[in-house]
Amino acid sequence: MSDNISIRHALKKYGDNVIIPDLNLEIKEGEFFTLLGPSGCGKTTLLRMIAGFNSIEGGDFYFNERRINDLDPAKRNIGMVFQNYAIFPHMTVRKNVEFGLKNKKMPADKVKEQADKFMALMHVDEYADRLPERLSGGQQQRVALARALCIEPDVLLFDEPLSNLDAKLRVEMRNVIKQIQHSVGITTVYVTHDQEEAMAVSDRIAVMSAGVIQHVGTPKNIYQRPANLFVSTFIGRSNVLNGKLEVIDGKTYVVAPGGYKAEMTNIQEQYKENQDVILSVRPEEFLLNPESHNEGILAKVDDCVFLGLMTHYFVHLETGEEVEIIQESSIDSIIEPGTMIKLTLNTDKVNVFTADGSDNIVTGVQNDCANA
Amino acid sequence: MTKKRKLEVWTVVSLVLLAAFVFFLVYPMFGLLKESVISPEGEFTLEQFQKFFSKDYYTGTIVNSMKVTVTVTAVSLLLGIPIAYFYSFYKIKGAKLLFVLSILCSMSAPFIGAYSWIMLLGRSGAITVFLKDVFGITLGSIYGFKGILIVQSLKFFPLVFIYMNGAFKNIDNTLMEASANMGCTGVRRLFNIVLALSMPTILAAGLMVFMQAFADFGTPMLLGEGFQTFPVLIYNQYLGETGRDYNFAAALAVIAIFVTAVVFFFQKWATNRYKFSMNALHPVEKKECKGIGGILMHLYCYVLVAVAFMPQLYIIYLSFRNCSGAIFKPGFSLGNYEQAVKKLLARSIGNTALLGVIALAIIIVIAVLIAYLVVRRSSALNNAIDTISMLPYIMPGAVIGLALLMAFGKKPFALTGTLVIMVISFVIRRLPYTIRSATATLMQISLSIEEAAISLGASKLKTFMKITVPMMANGILSGAILSWVAIVTELSSSIILYNNKSITLTMSTYVAITRGNYGLAAAFATILTVVTTISLLAYLKISKSEDINL
Repeated sequence: MSDNISIRHALKKYGDNVIIPDLNLEIKEGEFFTLLGPSGCGKTTLLRMIAGFNSIEGGDFYFNERRINDLDPAKRNIGMVFQNYAIFPHMTVRKNVEFGLKNKKMPADKVKEQADKFMALMHVDEYADRLPERLSGGQQQRVALARALCIEPDVLLFDEPLSNLDAKLRVEMRNVIKQIQHSVGITTVYVTHDQEEAMAVSDRIAVMSAGVIQHVGTPKNIYQRPANLFVSTFIGRSNVLNGKLEVIDGKTYVVAPGGYKAEMTNIQEQYKENQDVILSVRPEEFLLNPESHNEGILAKVDDCVFLGLMTHYFVHLETGEEVEIIQESSIDSIIEPGTMIKLTLNTDKVNVFTADGSDNIVTGVQNDCANA
Repeated sequence: MTKKRKLEVWTVVSLVLLAAFVFFLVYPMFGLLKESVISPEGEFTLEQFQKFFSKDYYTGTIVNSMKVTVTVTAVSLLLGIPIAYFYSFYKIKGAKLLFVLSILCSMSAPFIGAYSWIMLLGRSGAITVFLKDVFGITLGSIYGFKGILIVQSLKFFPLVFIYMNGAFKNIDNTLMEASANMGCTGVRRLFNIVLALSMPTILAAGLMVFMQAFADFGTPMLLGEGFQTFPVLIYNQYLGETGRDYNFAAALAVIAIFVTAVVFFFQKWATNRYKFSMNALHPVEKKECKGIGGILMHLYCYVLVAVAFMPQLYIIYLSFRNCSGAIFKPGFSLGNYEQAVKKLLARSIGNTALLGVIALAIIIVIAVLIAYLVVRRSSALNNAIDTISMLPYIMPGAVIGLALLMAFGKKPFALTGTLVIMVISFVIRRLPYTIRSATATLMQISLSIEEAAISLGASKLKTFMKITVPMMANGILSGAILSWVAIVTELSSSIILYNNKSITLTMSTYVAITRGNYGLAAAFATILTVVTTISLLAYLKISKSEDINL
């Protein structure tokens, strides 16, 4: 059994210091949902409010129809995986996994059966009788996962579970977590500050900043059509340029620094008027042209870095801005530093924000965030 | 709903603890203060303090105490830091044995060391007589300042050794390498990096030695003679030949607390200037020590430990010698032990075990509760309890004994001479240390481990009993064994509180010495040493490490 989670008007404060002012969120049954944001944005605070370890100063938290605000954390039937694994060091792996089952007053034979099943699922059954101090970080996190899963929780919570692991193990474990979650289908809330990790595991992501949800959407949507400038710069890399929007004869153009004009066919109707805008161009959304090209932003290559599949160019525009460009490497044409080039935009992909950066004016933004 | 009820349980625990501290600690201390400023006629007077400050005979004891204590602290640091440095940074042969013997030295009752040194270097001591007969050399007197200095320094340098060893272990090897990389090695590195990094520990060790040396009653009592120190003065005023003067003794106790409090806050202030914490990911690798330097290092370590341990061995030797009264005669027998059996040996051992176990059980329970309250449920009330519980840290044992006697010596609480009052005094004296180690242990346990247990459906109480307490167990148990040793060898407050019924092994030893039954004293002291040694070995086995948190 799995629950959907509704959070309405959540308020968190420590004394007079408001961490989360007014947060609304709907997490669907069985979905892998990630809270993503820079440190201090309130994502772990929110997770701990769901778990019951942080007090709730205002608003309502529901698992299905059940309001859980005042429910004891021990009775919420939550499986939680912690950053530092939180394995009980004085108990064997088996005792750790069985701990939650015994609290449920499950008969002894059933306890053993269930523990065996999940230890086998997480491939830690061979360490069952060892003390955790002999296990590596990855193995400990597998034990923590087995322990959280075997109580068959209604909701799984992950608090930066991979940040103590080395890079290679991180990739391996995130695939393990994703697979397991898909096979058991438990509603999962996952907290991380690593956007690549979030993209890799999530069905949907909520990007948070300063206690406010900026954008809720699929990884693809968040990357390609970020709801505002913060999301666009936090997820992936973006070159941010000041530009203008001009409407001439019913056609809409963006004007880049230096005067280069490109027609945009995907600007939302209500924004089609002359105004200052911010262009957010991902490194792969610039097109490189020779200096002789008839249009584009004049720029000079400062440096290039060959990384195999891709080549990165660091250039500065004639108006002074520095931008980064990524191109697929080709056999012959590495552009030497010092070369003058002209940049044009891939207008299908480029995002355009209002001058204050608060709204994306390109069509196709999907933001499930209720208070956005 | 359940949450509220559980909160109340802990609030009740806080209130009960607070009440206990008020009754057993604050009330006696208040009584002491009252006694010092209220005359027997019931009027407020500072007469007692005037009396103290008007006579050199009295103020001289403070000067004596400060003089000898400061010197002992300095000498202990000078002896202890080098041996800790050699031990931590070089491969010394037989290092483990040196370490264990040093701890043993620091754990024996100081007055036994004093007694043994009298047997060796006193007026008719073995070495004195030997040197005089064979070489015609006359050694100076070891009574007075010199004797106290020797005995206390040899007793307390192992404390410095233990403390510094812990600090040196936390120095990351990369810091040493970085220092060498920038051209700072050898002696300069020792002072600029190693000792500078260990400064908080040096100060902590210094304070520890100061407090213990200042409060030590047995050593100056046996060795001081004309050189009277403050704790001896307190005792003499209270029970000595000159008759009892409650008010003056109370005034002295107040002055003693004032002195230790000043030193305590000075140390706090000094430590605050070195606020950093370290945890070595790459502990320093011990180097081989070769050549003349290596020989000198070994020589230093071995001679120091041998000299410090010699009194213990000599006492054991004496315990098997024939003896009548104060005179040891040729030949060996178990006569001293036979005499000990007649002289309340069984009762002494029984009382010691009973008192130790009961006091220890109470200490552990209270320490765990306070640590939990302070670390996990920090509040003004709980922090106040924590602060109160630390008060005895700056109170010399004689002062605690005196305060308890005044508070519970008369109706309605006539507890004098009972085991109960002894237990109270042991608990009060050792609690600060055990609370410190329990708090430190709990702080290292990540809160998320308890949260994991709760999220797996365990109640808060079950989490505390099944997760928190077992995880603290190692730290607490090892600390408890050290408390046990301290209780077993406690003298300065028991001497005021004991009587024939509640006599302990340590007291029996002391009484035998003061009555001139030297053989008997040696037998008691040997049994005491055996108990301490067994306890220490148990500690080393359980804690599985060389870290000792006193």
